[in-house]
Amino acid sequence: MPEIVINRDWCKGCYICVSVCPRHVLEIDQQSFDHGFHPVVAARPGDCTVCRQCELLCPDLAIAVSGDEARSAAGAEPAGAPVAGPSPRPLPQGWTTVPSPLPPGPHFMQGDEACAEGAIAAGCNFYAGYPITPASEIMERICARFAELPGKRVFAQMEDEIASIASCIGAAWTGAKAMTATSGPGISLMLENLGYAIITETPLVIVDVQRAGPSTGQATRPGQGDYMQVRWGAHGDYEIIALSPWSVAEMYTETIRAFNLAERFRVPVILLADEGVGHLRENLTIPPEVRVFNRIGPTDREPPFGGKPVPPMPVFGEGHRLLVTGSTHDAWGYRRTSSAKAQAELTERLCTKITDSLDEIVASETYLCEDERLDMLLVSFGFTARSALGAARMAREDGHRVGLFRPRTVWPFPSQALRDVAARSERVLVAEMNRGQMLREVQRVIPDARGFGKTDGEVIAPDEIWAVMKEWLR
Amino acid sequence: MSTKTATTESIRALIRPEVFPSTMCPGCGHGILMGAILRAVDELGLDVSRMLFVSGIGCAGWIPSPHFAADTLHTTHGRPVAFATGAALFNPDLNVVVIGGDGDIAAIGGNHLIHAARRNLDMTVICANNQIYGMTGGQVTPTTDIGTITATTPQGNEEPPFDLCKLVEGAGASFVARWSVYHIRPLIRTLKEALLHKGFAFVEVLSPCPTQWGRRNQLADPVALLERYKTLCVPKDRAAKMSAEELAGKVVVGRFK
Repeated sequence: MPEIVINRDWCKGCYICVSVCPRHVLEIDQQSFDHGFHPVVAARPGDCTVCRQCELLCPDLAIAVSGDEARSAAGAEPAGAPVAGPSPRPLPQGWTTVPSPLPPGPHFMQGDEACAEGAIAAGCNFYAGYPITPASEIMERICARFAELPGKRVFAQMEDEIASIASCIGAAWTGAKAMTATSGPGISLMLENLGYAIITETPLVIVDVQRAGPSTGQATRPGQGDYMQVRWGAHGDYEIIALSPWSVAEMYTETIRAFNLAERFRVPVILLADEGVGHLRENLTIPPEVRVFNRIGPTDREPPFGGKPVPPMPVFGEGHRLLVTGSTHDAWGYRRTSSAKAQAELTERLCTKITDSLDEIVASETYLCEDERLDMLLVSFGFTARSALGAARMAREDGHRVGLFRPRTVWPFPSQALRDVAARSERVLVAEMNRGQMLREVQRVIPDARGFGKTDGEVIAPDEIWAVMKEWLR
Repeated sequence: MSTKTATTESIRALIRPEVFPSTMCPGCGHGILMGAILRAVDELGLDVSRMLFVSGIGCAGWIPSPHFAADTLHTTHGRPVAFATGAALFNPDLNVVVIGGDGDIAAIGGNHLIHAARRNLDMTVICANNQIYGMTGGQVTPTTDIGTITATTPQGNEEPPFDLCKLVEGAGASFVARWSVYHIRPLIRTLKEALLHKGFAFVEVLSPCPTQWGRRNQLADPVALLERYKTLCVPKDRAAKMSAEELAGKVVVGRFK
């Protein structure tokens, strides 16, 4: 006689099974009322023909019918036993030194192109992007170079920036070192999935070659107005790493650093460039070798979302049966959308894995700051820092002790390093191509710092900064 | 194709039993679809460790995550096809399956859907079409029929719906089919074909929502809602012999490409 097993713990009492049984085998048991509804019982199992219509249409996998047909099927090889398959993941794990893909020595290059070369040197093997001025040259260079370089590399021009970052995240979980590049409007579109990358701890590099905004603004003109957007644009609480190159050479080296930090801390990293640096052409020297960090994978049954400040990162297709979700989750990826503890612990760890490792992440440079006392300290990032250095030199020629502080890591902001230098200076002046975005961050350290911001779609020239300095120094 | 018949017992290896009973409402068609997908995978004998299930936000996004004991990527709203694109391109050995609702796949994610179809990417997209936003409280979607009462069309929907199969076929998909969960055996057969198909396979699955759709449209009984598909749906071959008047208000089901 066929056996009909009803899993009362999974049944929700929709009674679809009762209605679809052609032989009226199943009945609603009006005598009982457990789990908040009358349970289903197999009243006449002898009439069952093992058509299994009830089983197939049960929305809750709560009915199992076994008869001759089912028994023979059960003897088949069980499908889906987890077998670890080979999967493309970056190897070896941790720090390694690899030869530079480009011939060592001097190269004359555009900033955007240097960014693409830096990505390739760091091991980037997946790029998805959408055309946008002034970042398109990165995509074009990657496209051309991926085609000629050996090894597995995937280039995709997507339908929009949302899809670009989404496919980068999908590829990253499949083992890729992924990058996308865009400008301010594209960043605006990517922000929701930036938050997704943060909460799922997905290593990824996002390049923002800033232009004058808001909105379409001046597409071909420089700006630095995304300074706060890349820090606070996604919703919720998080920390983020953003690096700011000021030269073609740093478009190369900081892109490599961005990849290494992304892999090391399992985070999306922003390369906050600007049109000035992106479209600049100058020399850079390619070293013979590159130091590269590849993500650490799990050694055994290690949780992918907890247990360590930076948990090991498994990859799809390796048999881990991963649960990756943008919802609040526990260490194994199970959604915990009503747990205060899970939410608190996750957001805490997402932040502290960065803030507890500032020594590894935060970098800044000082120029002309050797004097015991400074009349003025300039603070500037990206292309504007080049003009600020020029302005400091003008001031020096005029007899003023002026130096420059330049954050290479703009998020987290190098507060301590700035505090140390600024303590020796009478005045602190921030120069930037926006209306005082980094000034706010500097003022958290030096409350009476002043700012010089310009938003006319032109780079700030050294003599413009020098003119402002002269006023204050007088 | 394998002749194995999957059973509730045999598909148990493909789920995480600890997360059951599922979070779906009583009589939710998405549960039937969940079983159909698992049975298709099981009957084909696919190695789930080489499969990736990608979903977005909404009731249908929870079909694979966390129920399936496989790699699952539960993404942002509307974007599962875009996330899946990256995974499918970087590891072509993975059998990538996207499962999403009509809101997720056709409204907020419509752009990704047509572009993935255009590229004929090697993935299977299963759209659980219940013609309603279930999780957010029963609002109108781009597949809701004219006249349907929803939370945002209290006087009845006035906008015509998408025919998703025509949309995706027009965009370039190489496999297009539609069934309801009531047509469970042809649905499982079609899902098996789709999972084996090389290129972009799209399967639209009409799925009843007793809670949000049914309650507002005098069809809250899961049984009545499910059996509605018996008269609503017309198989493709039979539809070919019917006049436009006879087909008015009907949904043609079957494999279209």
